[in-house]
Amino acid sequence: MYELEIAEVRLTRRQVVAAGGAAALTAALAGLMPAVAEASPKDVKKTLAELTGGAPLNEGRIAIDVPPYTQYGKQVRIAVSVDSPMSADDRVTALHVLAERNTVPEVASYHFGALAGEVRISTRIRVARTQILVVAAEMSDGTFHVGKARCKVARGGGGCG
Amino acid sequence: MENKIPQVKVPAVVTPGEDILVRTKAWHPMETGWRETHDGQTVPRNRINKFVCTFDGTDVFSADFHSGVSENPYLTFRARVPGAGVFEFEWHADDGSVLRASARVGVAGA
Repeated sequence: MYELEIAEVRLTRRQVVAAGGAAALTAALAGLMPAVAEASPKDVKKTLAELTGGAPLNEGRIAIDVPPYTQYGKQVRIAVSVDSPMSADDRVTALHVLAERNTVPEVASYHFGALAGEVRISTRIRVARTQILVVAAEMSDGTFHVGKARCKVARGGGGCG
Repeated sequence: MENKIPQVKVPAVVTPGEDILVRTKAWHPMETGWRETHDGQTVPRNRINKFVCTFDGTDVFSADFHSGVSENPYLTFRARVPGAGVFEFEWHADDGSVLRASARVGVAGA
């Protein structure tokens, strides 16, 4: 019985190789040369410069909670909070999440309206590979704050983001 | 999955002026447009690109999503509402469909 099962498995594999060998080779080549390139930290710098219009980037006031190591990049929980009273004249107007080595570095932008409370958001993002996540907050007085966090993704655990 | 209505949770009773937690989850595949099926067909791009939350017509929170947001986008944020009213949520997808949800909050003693 055991041997029979082994034979069945071998037969199936042979069939697969015979029928789909060429297709598998093509797929493997396509995997080696992905049609979509990944971004680089330079792209994030460029995007940040576009967002800020060249304004200086201040550090601090942003806390990012992201797992330092994950095995599944398709759903990575990220929580961002910005130290701001959210009063009428001192508030956060927008928050941008960028990933340095995703296919498209922009992940999401959040805009805070008149009735927004304190800035503490939580969401799930795709992290394509081990990289640094950048969060930029736009304040109502025109200044910008950035925070960074590193997320390590296990080999083969990327999220194709 | 596409037919499921989004899930939204807000407190039933709020104190005016306090920060309340708003939790949302839409059911959507968030296709990036880069994925291929086993027979080599590219799955067309279909993402939620915009999320809008309003409270009685006043803007509370909005978000632009790109390809880096996971499928079935989960999002929580905080709102500071002046009193009882209705939250309206909208998720706009690339294919033109709009997912909608609403949630009512009340004030204690009212």
